[in-house]
This record gives sequence, C-alpha cells and structure tokens, in this order.
Amino acid sequence: MADSTLKLKKLPDREPPENTIGWIAWIRDNLFSSATNTLTTLIFVYLFYLYIPPFIEWAIINANISGTDRSVCDTNKSGACWTFIKIRLEQLLFGLYFASNPEQTWRPIVAFSVFGMLIIPLVIDKTPHKKWLLIALLTLYPLLFICVVYGGVFGIPVSDTGQWGGLLLTFALSFVGIIVALPLGILLALGRRSEMPIVKMMSVTYIEFWRGTPLITILFMASVMLPLFFPSGVDFDKVVRAMIGITLFQSAYTAEAVRGGLQAIDKGQNEAAMALGMGYWRRTILIVLPQALKISIPSIVNTFIALFKDTSLVSIIGLLDLLKMAQNSSRSLDWNGYDIEGYLFAGFVFWIFCYGMSSYSQKLERKLDTDRRAE
Amino acid sequence: MKSTTIPLHRNPKLRSFVVQASLLLLVAYALFSVYQTTVSNLEERGIKTSTSFFDEVAPFKVGYSPFLEFKLGETTYIEVFFIGVLNTLLVAVLGILAATVLGFFIGIMRTSQNWLASKCALFYVETFRNMPLLLQIMFWNFAIFLAFLPPPKQSIEMGVFFLNSRGLHTPVPFIENHLLSTIWFGVIFASFVGTFVFAKWSKKRFESTGKSLPVFLISLSSIITVSYITFVILGSPLGIDIPVLGKFNFKGGGQLPLPLFSLWFALTIYTSAFIAENVRAGISSISKGQVEAARSIGLTRTQMVKMIILPQALRVVIPPTISQYLNLTKNSSLAIAVGFEEVVAVWANISLNQTGQALIIIAMTIVFYECCSLFTSFILNIYNKRVQITER
Repeated sequence: MADSTLKLKKLPDREPPENTIGWIAWIRDNLFSSATNTLTTLIFVYLFYLYIPPFIEWAIINANISGTDRSVCDTNKSGACWTFIKIRLEQLLFGLYFASNPEQTWRPIVAFSVFGMLIIPLVIDKTPHKKWLLIALLTLYPLLFICVVYGGVFGIPVSDTGQWGGLLLTFALSFVGIIVALPLGILLALGRRSEMPIVKMMSVTYIEFWRGTPLITILFMASVMLPLFFPSGVDFDKVVRAMIGITLFQSAYTAEAVRGGLQAIDKGQNEAAMALGMGYWRRTILIVLPQALKISIPSIVNTFIALFKDTSLVSIIGLLDLLKMAQNSSRSLDWNGYDIEGYLFAGFVFWIFCYGMSSYSQKLERKLDTDRRAE
Repeated sequence: MKSTTIPLHRNPKLRSFVVQASLLLLVAYALFSVYQTTVSNLEERGIKTSTSFFDEVAPFKVGYSPFLEFKLGETTYIEVFFIGVLNTLLVAVLGILAATVLGFFIGIMRTSQNWLASKCALFYVETFRNMPLLLQIMFWNFAIFLAFLPPPKQSIEMGVFFLNSRGLHTPVPFIENHLLSTIWFGVIFASFVGTFVFAKWSKKRFESTGKSLPVFLISLSSIITVSYITFVILGSPLGIDIPVLGKFNFKGGGQLPLPLFSLWFALTIYTSAFIAENVRAGISSISKGQVEAARSIGLTRTQMVKMIILPQALRVVIPPTISQYLNLTKNSSLAIAVGFEEVVAVWANISLNQTGQALIIIAMTIVFYECCSLFTSFILNIYNKRVQITER
C-alpha cells in the first residue's frame, strides 16, 4: 500500500505575467489606462512643464543666499532673495527683543528644544510612559516656559509679553489657548450633555455664542472691551488680552470635539459604573473621560490646527506674530520689495506645523478606527 | 419590608436643584457686575452708551457700496452698518459659488483614476488648507496682485472680464424695458413650474409602471426652447452693461475692487480645499458593494450615479459643506487686512474708533454673525431631517 502512495511535489510558484508587474504596468494602469486617462496625463505633464521649471529656477537655481544686505539680491533679480530670510531669521522666529539681544537668544531656543524633546517621543507609537510625558508637557513645561522666556527668576532678566514676537508669540498664543481651553472645554462638553436643564442651556449658549462669531471680532472685543469689563486699575497687556480672547474662543471648539468623544461612549459604561455605586465625578473621571478623550484626540488636534492658523489674526490687532513679522520685515527699508519671500517663508513654517499635526491626527484616526473594528 | 428613606443631602432632585440655582445665581451675579463696571468705566471716559449715534452722519468715506448709495456728509452710521453687512453678504455669496464649483472639481479630481490628477489634487488640498487664510489673503493681494497686475491700459482680457491692478471689471445685466422683462420672467417662471409638475408626474408614472423618462434632459431642453422662443418674439428684455476702456480707467459695467477680488480669490481657494476633502470623503464613503449591486441589477451608468451614488454621497458631503459656507462667511471678516469695506472693517473698526460706542457696536456685529450661524444651523437641521426620513 505504501508503495502506491503518490508523492506530491510542490512546483515553484510561477512568476506573474511580465505585463502585470513592474513600473511599466504601473504606468499603464495609472496613467494611460484609457483615452481620457491618457489625455489627462498629457495635460498635466504639459502644465508641469509650463510652471515647475521656472519656479525651481527662481526658488533654487538662481536664488540668492549669500551676502548680508540687499545689494546681492538687487543685482540678481531672476532668483528668490533668501538672503533676506537668512538675515532676519532670528527676528522671524523669536521676535525683536530676543533677536536684538544676542545674549538672550538662548531662552527661546531652550523653550523650543524642550518642547521638541517632549513632543517627538509623544507622537512615536512605542514610547513607554507616554502618560507621564503628556502630564509633564501640560504642567511642567508651561512653568519652564514662563521661567525661561518670561524670566524674572534665577537672575534671568524679565522679558514682558509685549516683547515677544515671531514664531515664539504664535507658539505661546496657541499653546496657552490649547492648555487653558482643554479643561474648560471638557467641563463645557460635560455640561452640554448634563441632565440638568439650566447647566445644559448655559453650556449650549456659551458654545454656540463663541462658535458663531469670527475670531477677529472676538479679538477686537478682547482688545477694546476687556479693559472696560474690569474695575479701573486692572489692566492687561495686549498679548494677554489676545490670549484671553483666544482661550474663550478655543474652549467652545474643544468642547465640541470632546462632546463627539463623549457621544461615542457606550451608555452601558456609565450605567455599569452607576451600578457599582460610583458618584457622578468618579464615574466621569475614572470611566467615561479616559475613554472619551482617547477617541476625541484626533478632533482635538484638528481644532488645534485651526487655532494655530488662526493665531495669525492677532497681527490685525497689532501684535508682531510670525505673519506680521514677515510682513513688516519685507516692508522695512532694508528689504522693501521682497514680500513674496517673506510670505512664502511664513507660509512654509505654518505649513510644516499644520501638515505635521494633520498627518498625525489622520494616522491616529485610522488606528482608532481599526481598534474598534477589531472588537 | 422596611423602606429606606434617602437622606436629604443625597436626594438627586434636591441636589440638582441646589447646583443649578447656585450656578445660575453665580453667573447672573458675574454678568451683572461686569455690566456695571463696564457702564461706569464708559461713563468715566465720557462715553454714554446710547444708540443716538445711529442717525449721526459718518465722517469717513466708504469706497465700495454697490447696493446702497454712499454720500460723504449724508450717509449715517446705521446706513454704514447696512453697507458693511451687504458687502459681507456679497463676498460670501461670490465665495460660496466659486468655492463650491472649484471644491467639487478638485474633490472629484482627487478620486480620479489618473495618478497624476489625484496627486495634484492632494497637493492642492494639503497646501492650501494648512496655511493661515490671512497669510493667503495678504500674499495674493500684496505680493502677487498689487505687484504684478498691469495698469488699466494693459488689462488682462478674459472675454468681457478685464483684470488689472485696480480690480476685476465685469459686465452687469440691467433691465431695459420693465414690461418686456416682466413678461419674459413670467414665461420662464411658468416653464419652470411646468417642468416641476412634469417631473412629479413622471416620478409617479415610474413608481406605478416602471417606465422612466429622461426627465432632466426633457425639462432642460423645454426650458431653453421656451425662453428662446419668447426671446425671439419679444426681443431682449435685459441689457448688458459691458465695461469699456476709457482714457484712464474703465467706464460702465461693474467692478470688484482689488481688495474684494483678492479676498474672494483667497477665500475661494482656501474653502475649496476643505470642500474638496468633503467631496472625497463622500465619494469614498460609498462601499464597493453598492456599485456592484447596482450593476448586477442592470442599472445603466447614469441611473447608477443618479439613484445610487449621488444620494448616498451627498448625504455625507452636504452637511460639512454647509458648515464650510458659514466658515467662509465668518472668514470674510479678514477683509480688514486688505481694506475691503465689510461689516467688521467698516463697523467694528472704523465706526467704533470714531464713536467709541464699543458696547453697542460689538454687540451688533456679533448679533449679525450669530444670525448667519443660526440660519446655517436652521438649514442644516432641515436637511438632516429630510435625510433621516429617507433613511430606513
């Protein structure tokens, strides 16, 4: 019997047909699969040919980067003037005060680098103890920021908020906005889902009020009316006024993001906690919020992106943020006429941050999505 | 059985009452004291809050008011407010129209089979939605248009549109003969009503017999035919005022001054990136099974798009797109950076600085935007209700 057993031998896998793999097949499938497809490809290639080489020539090949004043750029007009950005870089990033006092420039640099050291491990998946890092970012970091950038302790000279500028100011405004707005927003979101009618009504009114008004009106209100709201003698500086306006505005948007997370939590979670005899705050803090906040991180990040872009509006009420700094520099006598470079640089800086954040939130969204599907 | 009584401080009803009452008192007290300090602060500065300044003549010039006539020395503050509101609404309507068209185009391009087209759309979306709108408005206005657009003499011609460093000149239709135009509009209105009735009838017929007609084609061609015939019989009911280059500038036609044009341009590009993303999400939300099922029951491509894909995709696309319209309207307040005279620039900034009536002016501005916002949520609620009924 054993002799008649058929020995089955596995043949090696055959290669896929030549014309379905490799880059030729890819090009055919993605660029020339039909007549319309081919036509589209040709149109795009033509458009690229028209616009991309001149732009590269202007921005890279013919660009000026050497020298210390505008004479280099004025003699070679066919390329971009990155010299301007190079010379004004410290102003654009740290504002006038830190740029004009070279012995103080280390302060914003330290603030930015510590932030980078905290945020980079946070976005990497495998970092252990993320919770502690996050807590450090939300509590210790603001303290460090105040000590280093504002000064007044350890013999560091005070630099008033009015002296902050450039990317530093943009960063400070949005960081304060998100940090203070987060707890406010959580409370408002809980209020909006509360069963007490008056609490609910107040939260809804507050949220819809701020969401219905453009930020610029709120900033005007903050800069013109805030001093009127307080007894004379209490006065804030312009930057603090803007911070208050931005925080109130942002808390409404954060509240909506958190509400989305709260709605996604199964009712059973709350009921189970209730059955265990937990009170409202214990239920909320120990059971509901940890789950809801995790789900709402992507939307919170999205509101933060919007806020980061919107901080540029403070330039209208006369603060020297990154955008205003770029505009002022390209209107100064030294660099008059190089607006495009100034705006492109500011736009690029904003873009890097926003794009980074939005990629992160999209990644997170995808991850959360599969998590739920796997259950 | 022994009944347990809940101690008073654990009674949920009582607790909720106490919490709410104290919260209400607290908020009312805070608002009241803020109000009192504000009023006394204003009095200290010699400003008596009242609406009497509404009828005072505004001492500054509003350059652009296409709907209400502005006369320096005659126009009052309240009229300036309405000019601002109308200008805001004008840029909102222009922006919404253009952003919708561009956004749908980019969004559809994003789902194209062509790799280049879809990547270009992606590049467009990621570039423009990740930069501040204010920066984009300033970039287009100051760095590009003001610097590179030619003077009126060498305007860029696009048919009957002329673009130069002062703005965009457009043709404007006007009514030449009131009687004729009334008849003409009447006829067109009647033909629209007719097609509406026809569409209802054909739907009923389709539901009872299963026979379908190309309703859209028939309606469109009949409307065009009817209006063309009336046009031939009655002659033109509308004149069109085309801008003509005079000695120094254009005469006739309408004009979008450069600040308005740049604002419109930047708003359109910025908002269209968001709308494109909504459109993409809508199209990709339709599962493959829907398309396969539609094919397997023998629907033609047009039928499939009309009856299977669009209704489902639009349900996902329309609500966020309406919110984008509201965002666009609110964002138009950035016009102040380039000097277009909409409500924030002309009312919350110039008028406020002139009169010092911060309380009333800011409140009116906010009320205007809140009205826009309420109107939007009203529309959204209606839409969501309609969609919900069709959902099973």
